Amino acid sequence: MNLFRLFSRPQSAPAARERLQVLLAHDRASTGDSDLVTKLRDEILRAISKHMQVDSEKVSVKLERGVQVSTLVVDVEIPFDAARKAA
Amino acid sequence: MGKVIVVTSGKGGVGKTTSTAALGAALAQNGEKVVVVDFDVGLRNLDLVMGAERRVVYDLVNVIQGEAKLTQALIRDKRVETLYLLPASQTRDKENLTPEGVEQVIASLKSAFDWVICDSPAGIERGATLAMRHADVAIVVTNPEVSSVRDSDRIIGLLDSKTLKAENGEAMEKHLLLTRYDASRAERGDMLKVDDVLEILSIPLLGIIPESTDVLRASNVGAPVTLADGRSAPAMAYFEAARRLKGEVLPVTIPGEKRGFFSKVFGRKAA
Repeated sequence: MNLFRLFSRPQSAPAARERLQVLLAHDRASTGDSDLVTKLRDEILRAISKHMQVDSEKVSVKLERGVQVSTLVVDVEIPFDAARKAA
Repeated sequence: MGKVIVVTSGKGGVGKTTSTAALGAALAQNGEKVVVVDFDVGLRNLDLVMGAERRVVYDLVNVIQGEAKLTQALIRDKRVETLYLLPASQTRDKENLTPEGVEQVIASLKSAFDWVICDSPAGIERGATLAMRHADVAIVVTNPEVSSVRDSDRIIGLLDSKTLKAENGEAMEKHLLLTRYDASRAERGDMLKVDDVLEILSIPLLGIIPESTDVLRASNVGAPVTLADGRSAPAMAYFEAARRLKGEVLPVTIPGEKRGFFSKVFGRKAA
């Protein structure tokens, strides 16, 4: 029975290898990442405020990681007057 | 001017201290002048693995604080004339390791020795970053196991950003030392293979140290494994790694992979 289990057990090293590859791709990309998002947020805010008044609290920048691609989500809330002023 | 080497890994218990002692001894056994430096303030162990625990009087922190001269703190090995140890402090706070102090000590050691091998503490805190700061070459000790590989990857990132070399825009020379490798388990598909780890970490291979009882036996008696049993499989692997460190180009053999009839019968690893 034990011998049978030994031979029928699937190999575990390929799983280790795959998990590491996915994990490290994320780990590597996210080193110094908090910095990147903050910088992006500041620059986006600066670019927008050239054209309209926005509340810095109402700008959110998020980086969402997927296996193949990551998505940068920029959410800016524009008050009604600010949009009208710019128009 | 000597070469400064940091032996590092991120994760604890993978064999940094064992490897520091073995590589230091292997180089010294070939006539090089070597000092091994313990950076693990508060949890020193290199003295124990080197068998010099009862001869420690002054340590790295004493030297940095100006309480002892460097020559007073250095312990000469009783077996190999050109091998020295600079122990870490066991009782002092690790905050006593100052960047300026470490810089001065490393500079003096560099001028007196061919090799200055720094045994890094685990983790990525002060002791670890100071141990790697002045290095010319880094040895990343890794076990074929997921958490060790992940931590090594993190350490490689730090070596490429937080060292003096990196800050000066130079490339840090890094080598992988794969320890506790069990060829038969890798062959069965239950342990990451050498190529898997190399592909993931993508730094050149310095050597493969087989999992072996000889390593524990050597530390039990307080001798680097290259001194305790120079003909054991791990000792031979360390000797080869030391030669590669000196720039020799040697093919890397995977220890224990080809087990002959006799080794199978007697249960000893062939390489």
